[in-house]
Amino acid sequence: MRVLGIESSCDETAVAIISDSDGLLANKLYSQIELHSPYGGVVPELASRDHIRKLGPLVKEALHDANLELAKDIDAIAYTSGPGLMGALMVGAGFARSLAWSINKPAISIHHMEAHLLAPLIESISPEFPYVALLVSGGHTLLVKIDAIGSYRILGESIDDAVGEAFDKTAQLLGLPYPGGPQIQQLAKHGNAKRFNFPRPMTDRPGLDFSFSGLKTHVLNTLKELQGNQQHSIDEQTRADVACAFEDAVVDTLRIKSVRALEQSNAETLVVAGGVGANKKLRQQLKEKLAKKGMEVFYPAPEFCTDNAAMVAQLGLLHLQNIAQGENPQGLQIKVRPRWSLESI
Amino acid sequence: MKLLAIETATESCSAALLDNNEIFSINEVAPRRHNEIILSMCEQVLAQGQTSLSQLDAIAFGRGPGAFTGVRLAASVTQGIALGQDLPVVPVSSLAALAQSAFESVQATQVLSCIDARMQEVYIGQYKFNVHKIMELVGEEKVTPPNMVNEEVNDKCYGVGSGWKTYARVLQETMGKKLSYDEELYPQAEHVAKLANVYFQQDNSVSAVEALPVYLRDNVAKKPKNKMVF
Ligand SMILES: Nc1ncnc2c1ncn2[C@@H]1O[C@H](COP(=O)(O)OP(=O)(O)OP(=O)(O)O)[C@@H](O)[C@H]1O
Repeated sequence: MRVLGIESSCDETAVAIISDSDGLLANKLYSQIELHSPYGGVVPELASRDHIRKLGPLVKEALHDANLELAKDIDAIAYTSGPGLMGALMVGAGFARSLAWSINKPAISIHHMEAHLLAPLIESISPEFPYVALLVSGGHTLLVKIDAIGSYRILGESIDDAVGEAFDKTAQLLGLPYPGGPQIQQLAKHGNAKRFNFPRPMTDRPGLDFSFSGLKTHVLNTLKELQGNQQHSIDEQTRADVACAFEDAVVDTLRIKSVRALEQSNAETLVVAGGVGANKKLRQQLKEKLAKKGMEVFYPAPEFCTDNAAMVAQLGLLHLQNIAQGENPQGLQIKVRPRWSLESI
Repeated sequence: MKLLAIETATESCSAALLDNNEIFSINEVAPRRHNEIILSMCEQVLAQGQTSLSQLDAIAFGRGPGAFTGVRLAASVTQGIALGQDLPVVPVSSLAALAQSAFESVQATQVLSCIDARMQEVYIGQYKFNVHKIMELVGEEKVTPPNMVNEEVNDKCYGVGSGWKTYARVLQETMGKKLSYDEELYPQAEHVAKLANVYFQQDNSVSAVEALPVYLRDNVAKKPKNKMVF
């Protein structure tokens, strides 16, 4: 069985083909980062316009890579129908449903976050259930307990900004381009960790929720104060020191809550997914800390951590195997769910 | 010649099947529900014409201008169907389809199509009936404030489209002509199909992945001027 997956929920257009017997056959991705960079964040209308230009060619490339033909070799089309940007989702959903109708195969609607949570299963060495996933991206900050496919419990989430958003906004304050995460990581390397000490929000009380907007304000106030004292622009070393203090505060916070989540839910494996999962300091700290506790941390390959279609195709395959005989997933309504809770699946 | 056409650029959602000289069509004014009904409309017109997808020669779609989401829906649905069946695509201007509807309804041969583009602007294009019995663009299609419309029209020109509902007086004053108009007409798939039929004979088709919208309005995002982010 082979499933073609389509992802277009935000600023990545992606197409992948996966087979139940041969694994991933094609994995194509086009990132719009450069398109949105001048605007300091994703511009929804520009994102939609780019998806419609890139999707078709990516489907053709994926089929070409896998040496397959649509009507003959593909058994279902899976596509992200939410959560995400309404217009961006609509491009993928309209395309996918129509394609499925055209080749008379099922169309399978996929929850973007569920696909992220199960992304580690794409790989040959994958974690065993139950595990806790730390999902940290531009739009999400979540700790989720996964007991089995389809059984998810949100343990904690951000009550305001997502952690990637905090990286991006802080980077903007420091005059760095979008996306800010990698930029801050780079700048922080040269920073003096002892110079500033930023708060670790919500770690001093029980619970697993996050809050990052206060930390961002803390950075802003620190910069304002420095500017006031110096009467001129802030030097490179100071910027590096601020970046370092910010990164340390975020990483500590994520680590503390992740460990707490594992302990509270009697799980021993943590899976880290989402773009912020690429952060080196975060990876290192989690690895060290969890090893000491006899726990394990698992990082899907970077290409499966950030938005991708392999995870969509993969979850599509899992769903396809579970579609009861006689059931008709071939509905003709093109629907998207920009807001869609993970627990309502 | 068998051709499936869709049009979703305005409040009206429609699908049509052209089978040589016959046209089967469905349309419904269904704001914000186009995505829910367009595929079943396609299925219905195919059923009416007792035609299967594999018998089609081409897919045609209203490529805009119009509501961004609607125009993109038409393009993405068209791409999906065309890729699946390996069919060529015929893009048709939604303003031209609108002009064609004026010919079908009142035999107008000179038409000023005007769609409300929101933000105090209109999408506008002037058309005249040609030897192929379809509407042909005169000059170019534009997005412009209604009081800057500088089309040169004669008194026989007929106005159509939602732009006339909102801006009839401004348009007439700006052009200095008291044109008759019908603000209730929409571009429909049957008109897209009629135009596409001629375009296709003239070899004006593209591949599935080239089925792309024409928005006309392209200044859709502002660059930040070093502003604070919160
Ligand atoms: N090395 C890094 N350190 C910290 N943050 C990073 C790093 N690399 C990327 N990021 C951040 O990751 C985010 C992008 O992640 P990703 O592509 O998974 O998410 P998204 O598409 O923005 O959101 P979502 O998946 O929630 O819709 C950005 O905010 C970026 O700044």
